[in-house]
Amino acid sequence: MTLLQLHEPGETPLPHEGDQALAVGIDLGTTNSVVAISAHSKPEVLRDADGNGLVPSVVAYTDAGPVVGSAAQARIVDAPETVIFSVKRLMGRGAADVKALAGTLPYKLDAAQGGMVRLLIGEKRLTPVEVSAEILRAVKAQAEQHLGREVTKAVVTVPAYFDDAARLATKDAAKLAGLEVLRLVNEPTAAALAYGLDQAAEGIYAVYDLGGGTFDISILRLEKGVFQVLATGGDASLGGDDFDHAIAEHWLADRKSELGSEPITSGEAKQTLKSARAAKEALTSRDAGDFPVMLRGKTTLHRLTRAELDRLIQPWVDKTIAICRQVVSDARLDLSEIQGVVLVGGSTRVPQVRRAVETFFGKTPLSDIDPDEVVALGAALQAEALTSGSETLLLDVLPLSLGIETMGGLVEKIVDRNTPIPVAKAQEFTTYQDGQAAMLVHVVQGERETVAECRSLARFVLAGIPPMTAGAARIRVTFQVDADGLLTVSASEKTTGIEQRVEVKPSYGLSEEEMARMLEESLEHGREDMERRLLIENRVEGQRVLLALRSALAADASMLDAGEADRIEKARQGLARAIEGDDRDRIKAAVEALEDVARPFAERRMDRAIRAGLAGHSIDEFKGDPGGCLAPDPEEEKS
Amino acid sequence: MRLRGVLPRLTTPNACWSCRGPVPAAEPFCPTCKAVQPPGQADHFSRLGFARTFDLDPKLVERRYFELQRKLHPDRFATRSPKERAVSQAQATSLNEAYETLMDPLRRAAYLLKLSGIETIGDGKTVADPALLMEAMEMREALAEARTPAEVDSVVSGARRDAEAATAQLSRDFASEDLEAAKKTTLRLTYLDKLIDDARARRLNVA
Ligand SMILES: [Zn+2]
Repeated sequence: MTLLQLHEPGETPLPHEGDQALAVGIDLGTTNSVVAISAHSKPEVLRDADGNGLVPSVVAYTDAGPVVGSAAQARIVDAPETVIFSVKRLMGRGAADVKALAGTLPYKLDAAQGGMVRLLIGEKRLTPVEVSAEILRAVKAQAEQHLGREVTKAVVTVPAYFDDAARLATKDAAKLAGLEVLRLVNEPTAAALAYGLDQAAEGIYAVYDLGGGTFDISILRLEKGVFQVLATGGDASLGGDDFDHAIAEHWLADRKSELGSEPITSGEAKQTLKSARAAKEALTSRDAGDFPVMLRGKTTLHRLTRAELDRLIQPWVDKTIAICRQVVSDARLDLSEIQGVVLVGGSTRVPQVRRAVETFFGKTPLSDIDPDEVVALGAALQAEALTSGSETLLLDVLPLSLGIETMGGLVEKIVDRNTPIPVAKAQEFTTYQDGQAAMLVHVVQGERETVAECRSLARFVLAGIPPMTAGAARIRVTFQVDADGLLTVSASEKTTGIEQRVEVKPSYGLSEEEMARMLEESLEHGREDMERRLLIENRVEGQRVLLALRSALAADASMLDAGEADRIEKARQGLARAIEGDDRDRIKAAVEALEDVARPFAERRMDRAIRAGLAGHSIDEFKGDPGGCLAPDPEEEKS
Repeated sequence: MRLRGVLPRLTTPNACWSCRGPVPAAEPFCPTCKAVQPPGQADHFSRLGFARTFDLDPKLVERRYFELQRKLHPDRFATRSPKERAVSQAQATSLNEAYETLMDPLRRAAYLLKLSGIETIGDGKTVADPALLMEAMEMREALAEARTPAEVDSVVSGARRDAEAATAQLSRDFASEDLEAAKKTTLRLTYLDKLIDDARARRLNVA
């Protein structure tokens, strides 16, 4: 969540810097990550030299530095304590969210720390953001190797059900990896895009997306290039990982007697989970198998049948179907109105899952496009659309309601779930004590009625409220959610018009200082890089001013006074020269100089238009009030 | 006299933020330099190109909304300057609000009344009509007593029929410019919609 910031300097896309059209789509998955690129609406997965498109989302921290993918996976046997997998489940989360196996956490955690969880690997103390950045670096490198050129822009997908903290963490991870995120796209929406364009589908479709660690169900309407999400739901910590845990717990129960009261080690936990995953995958095509479990240095084989597996995972499958029912209801649809259901995510390969989906929707689910790759393909299509233009339109919604804490730990909802984004909503609050000078605002996300059952996003203090009697102050808090599903909160006191000072304490995010430090450490030339971006930003702004002036002159050059044309031309050349150079202060000064000298001309153009407007209308045309509109005027917001 | 403050805003063109030239009110792009413009204060009807009327064709509302979002959605400005992206976000935000308001008969009615200075939500007088109150209580009771999916469904279909009738009534109320009647009907539709929502939630629990 961002507070009172319209954009951070040095982070803007760079439209006119050479050939920047190249942007990839990245599915940053719990189990695997995939990168794809699209040209002429034909997306393609970028594979490694062996033809593998899936990069295991596993990171090993070796003495020689971090290793990602199958190389990292291989180290689970020899050095399990250095290996991190399923880190996506920890994005924007706290230590309490880490899932234990037989009472043992797969990682050592920094216990002292509140907020976002910190993993301890040897001497290192890592945030999930840094670990995810390693995965993104590896994926970026794979794309660069394939394309033979640098890749700096991406559309990155996130589970539709990711809350604000997890979305922001994903964006931060990309930033650390040197990728500019053009857009965060929801995974089911990306999948629908790939399907819709590939199969020319029209009508209402459900996308059932069960990945390694997250579950999403989205219902979309596809019509003439518009992909409109009607409703979405899910569980950000329900996925194939849970199946693995259920199998592993089942085996560990078999060997309980040997284990006694001594808990298993985190290495044993990781290896058992790895074996459980292999069993789950094997049983998609076989009816039974024997799988190894190594504990206390002794390996035993455990038999698992398809029927047993089905029984073990049933509770989670049932949970996904209950969520499907809720979302169909939220979309105000009957099941019969849904034309098809698309399967996405590796966990939809489990036969029991397919059966459950088919039974609930009463239709054979579609899986024509590889469920492991479809999200990345959709992301690549969107990356192409954002950089090269497109006729398709993605209209998404807010997955989880946003609200603030009120008296008694209750939540007052400000933006309801399934509201189309971008959206802005404002609410007024007041003081409850005479002379109250400050007010604590606690922002939460979720559907439950109490703060304790929702996810805390941030706390901030509105200070400097002028002294008034209780209930007299009118504090307007505005929630703005952008097209990435990210929230910005701003606040102002209405009776005095005083803009409030805001102090932020993100509940599960990184502080700005932490992020700045990480950026500096992560980029070899962190500071120069930032400087370069700021320079480019100023050049882009300068070019915009030149273009705008050229248009204005083309339209109304006859309105120039004597000598004015020369003055403007001189200032114009000054700016054009400044843009060629590397001094951003000079560019800024040249922009201001040009705007100053062109101002009288702009004013004359306005005056003429106003006179023409007044002459051409009668007063009757303008009766009535203008409507209420909550959208903030960015012009005002900036000042 | 209600023209105070309104006349200059609607007749005066706005100054383009980019080239500073004149932009006719409610025009989303500058005619001179083509830069996207802030959404301004247009009401939801004029934003989507409709007259202020209750009788709108939802298909047409949708078509206009899609047409405008195609031009104004932030996805069209992903590689542009921060300022242009911020302006396009404000435009898309206003379009979403207009779309949500006009697509739903209840919200559309409440908004039309609000434009005429009549508040229907949170004015503290929403339960003044004893007949309406009685009807609402009876509907609540029927829902509370529904134990099986079929019983819940029957409450829902009854409420849906009533909601459709109320919507038709609203159309007549607005056509005859009887705003007091429209306000009453709007309140009734508020209860019915709430009941249908609650019934939908209950349906999930009894299923
Ligand atoms: Zn302009």
